[in-house]
Amino acid sequence: MRITLRVWRQAGPNEPGRLVTYVADGVSPDMSFLEMLDVVNEGLIAKGTDPIAFDSDCREGICGTCGFMVDGIAHGPQRATTVCQLHMRSFRDGDTLTLEPWRARAFPVIKDLVVDRSAMDRIIQAGGYTSVNVGGAQDANAILIPKPIVEQAMDAAQCIQCGACVGACKNASAALFTSAKVSHLALLPQGQVERYTRVVRMVDRHDVEGFGSCSNEGECEAVCPKEISITNIARMNREYLKATLLRR
Amino acid sequence: MILDSKVPGGPLADKWDRHRFESKLVNPANRRKYTVLIVGTGLAGASAASSLGELGYNVKSFCIHDSPRRAHSIAAQGGINAAKNYQNDGDSVQRLFYDTIKGGDYRSREANVFRLAQLSVNIIDQCVAQGVPFAREYGGLLDNRSFGGAQVSRTFYARGQTGQQLLLGAYQSMMRQVDRGTVAMFPNREMLDLVVVNGQARGIVCRNLITGALERHAGHAVLLCTGGYGTAYYLSTNAVNSNVTAAWRAHKRGAFFANPCYTQIHPTCIPVSGTHQSKLTLMSESLRNDGRVWVPRRPGDTRPPQQIPEEDRDYYLERKYPSFGNLVPRDVASRNAKVVCDEGRGVGESGLAVYLDFADAIKRLGPEVIRARYGNLFDMYRKITDEDPYAVPMRIYPAIHYTMGGLWVDYNLMTNVPGLHVLGEANFSDHGANRLGASALMQGLADGYFVIPYTLANYLGGTLLPAVAPDDDAFKEAEANVQSRIDAMLRVRGTETPRELHRRLGQLLWDDVGMSRNEAGLKHALEEIPRLRDQFWHNLSVPGEPNNLNKNLEYAGRVADYLEFAEVLALDALDRTESCGGHFREESQTPEGEALRDDAHFSYAAAWEFKGVGVRPELHKEPLNFEYVKPSQRSYQ
Repeated sequence: MRITLRVWRQAGPNEPGRLVTYVADGVSPDMSFLEMLDVVNEGLIAKGTDPIAFDSDCREGICGTCGFMVDGIAHGPQRATTVCQLHMRSFRDGDTLTLEPWRARAFPVIKDLVVDRSAMDRIIQAGGYTSVNVGGAQDANAILIPKPIVEQAMDAAQCIQCGACVGACKNASAALFTSAKVSHLALLPQGQVERYTRVVRMVDRHDVEGFGSCSNEGECEAVCPKEISITNIARMNREYLKATLLRR
Repeated sequence: MILDSKVPGGPLADKWDRHRFESKLVNPANRRKYTVLIVGTGLAGASAASSLGELGYNVKSFCIHDSPRRAHSIAAQGGINAAKNYQNDGDSVQRLFYDTIKGGDYRSREANVFRLAQLSVNIIDQCVAQGVPFAREYGGLLDNRSFGGAQVSRTFYARGQTGQQLLLGAYQSMMRQVDRGTVAMFPNREMLDLVVVNGQARGIVCRNLITGALERHAGHAVLLCTGGYGTAYYLSTNAVNSNVTAAWRAHKRGAFFANPCYTQIHPTCIPVSGTHQSKLTLMSESLRNDGRVWVPRRPGDTRPPQQIPEEDRDYYLERKYPSFGNLVPRDVASRNAKVVCDEGRGVGESGLAVYLDFADAIKRLGPEVIRARYGNLFDMYRKITDEDPYAVPMRIYPAIHYTMGGLWVDYNLMTNVPGLHVLGEANFSDHGANRLGASALMQGLADGYFVIPYTLANYLGGTLLPAVAPDDDAFKEAEANVQSRIDAMLRVRGTETPRELHRRLGQLLWDDVGMSRNEAGLKHALEEIPRLRDQFWHNLSVPGEPNNLNKNLEYAGRVADYLEFAEVLALDALDRTESCGGHFREESQTPEGEALRDDAHFSYAAAWEFKGVGVRPELHKEPLNFEYVKPSQRSYQ
């Protein structure tokens, strides 16, 4: 296969960026998207040019390191798939694809397709946990949790913090990400003690970091590689409302 | 030199309690005066950072990722073992201990393994309190499954994402400490040297991967939690950024490297499809519960699998191991796949694959049951191979997965360099020559949550630690050492990329130091590795600048270390002429072709001391004494 790539190249956070065209020849349909970029980069290195910077680690869709826009869609055209698990057989010989980083005020570009997502860690830092020290835990089976509840919590807890929801959102909101953690812990008995302080602190932090507000477009859910549902956002809003009414 | 494992005296079951009582403590008001540097934020590193932060130590945590939550522990699928005996099926601390010692082919330390089994129950309690959504039964109790051929159901799991959920629990606890100010987080940092002052580990030099700046950090102790070295083989199930650099550079500063030849090759991975491939993907071992492994009876039978009739198929695991069948341990399953492929009976385009067939299970249970059990794995397989495993058998082949070897540590998880502690996969301690399924997560968390808080206090409370500062000579020397290595790589300006060189090293190791090893092959590897290293330093190409994000520069540094490390890996494999666990020497096998140990000569941990690049390291032995378990020949027939 022959694929033409238009790739966002930006040397540093304060440098101007632009789209540069590269041609990838001899692409095998069995390659993953990132393996195709590896091959392009090998060619660039051979010419002594700075290769395209992109981030990836596990390459099996669980670490959340990789991610960029492929033709305007976060992680590319295949549903519920990170770009490392997207394979070239999803494209046609002769296609032209445009690759851009996540665009959001809270995600400054570091280089090319790599952005700074540390704002998401700071949202977790603002309460995305239960405050239990090592050593004091009771026997695990002393906490009974109905199976459907734990399944729902797990659905939310699967978030891989890749940032696709922010990249896809026209408001650059991280509501889906934040609500996934709020929901995971609000659903479980272990999360009840700090339930209301948690949601208020996390949502406040989300806003301070410069993420936009949610206006229910649903773009985030459509691109989420883990298919996290926007009902989590509704739950987060309810939790936030309750917390502020109760002034807890 | 005989290594002292510092295992406490007394009966096995009382050792840890006794050790805790005899250990020194650090007064709560004094803890903040101690700075602990923790490198790596996987299960071991994140759990250590959170528990030490909770205790009030001043912790600095470093990771190569943009977020501490991305460490490769996150990819563990199957589960975590614990001797809870919630299923009332005969499990106990004693049994988990015994299974782990036997599974490790009698090459681990009894006292460490017993402690691990004891602590396993506390881990589950702690993780549930954190909100880890483990699978539940309808009554609300925790569910368990049997895993890796164990005869009891002791594995706790969160769908196929147990590692992810456990890591998030540890990560969130650590972020809570970041919020409290006890832990300072340094993401995008790669440790490139260990600083040793007056024989004590007192600091690290790391590179900020975004700005390229070198940083010096001083502390009272250093904890390496940096994972295994499987990526030395290029293709493995590890993440592409996993590496041996931190451990290797600590080794070059004096820490002994133990049992590097113990590598685990996982039998159920998706086969290699071409040279472009950057990594291999593991399919959970649980698939072997219902899938049947087979190859054609005749070599060169290229018919599609559906057209091969029953009588022309060889279900070789069921034939050779009637009592365990498809559920034999990982090392046995992997080696047998290699044997049938070497006989020319492998399948697929490359001939390097065997079938894992669900047709019988689907006929017996219906596709819905299979979908409920393995749906996510089948989907993953389809995404990668474009084949439907409900209709045609999966093709699988073994791949490098986990490394049991690592830096040598004593019972306190401290290396022979005082102050340098090593936790999790990066140390060599608990799995002997072969790790059982669902035990890696257990060890990482036991080390971080429950062992290091005690043993580190004992070290800090009982050791004179003079003040050091980042502008001391030792720090300057370490930084200069790092800088000169970076400069040297940028100076080469050759024509080969780090990836090409890495791929060649990986192929060499896979061929000669892979699933099956012999003297001629290992000697060949030991001749070729220095040549390849020479090639690296004469023909490497790294474009770009040192002072910004330069992924090829990072990568080149790691490849340079693999090229040094690979030599001790091959040497250890050559030196150990017995077969044990994941290390199979063709010269040492039973008449049935199984691994044959040589307890009379090799019942020891081999700890290698660095003597210079290309210079033969010195071997130190820690004898292994079995007081409670009698070593026997493992048999799965």
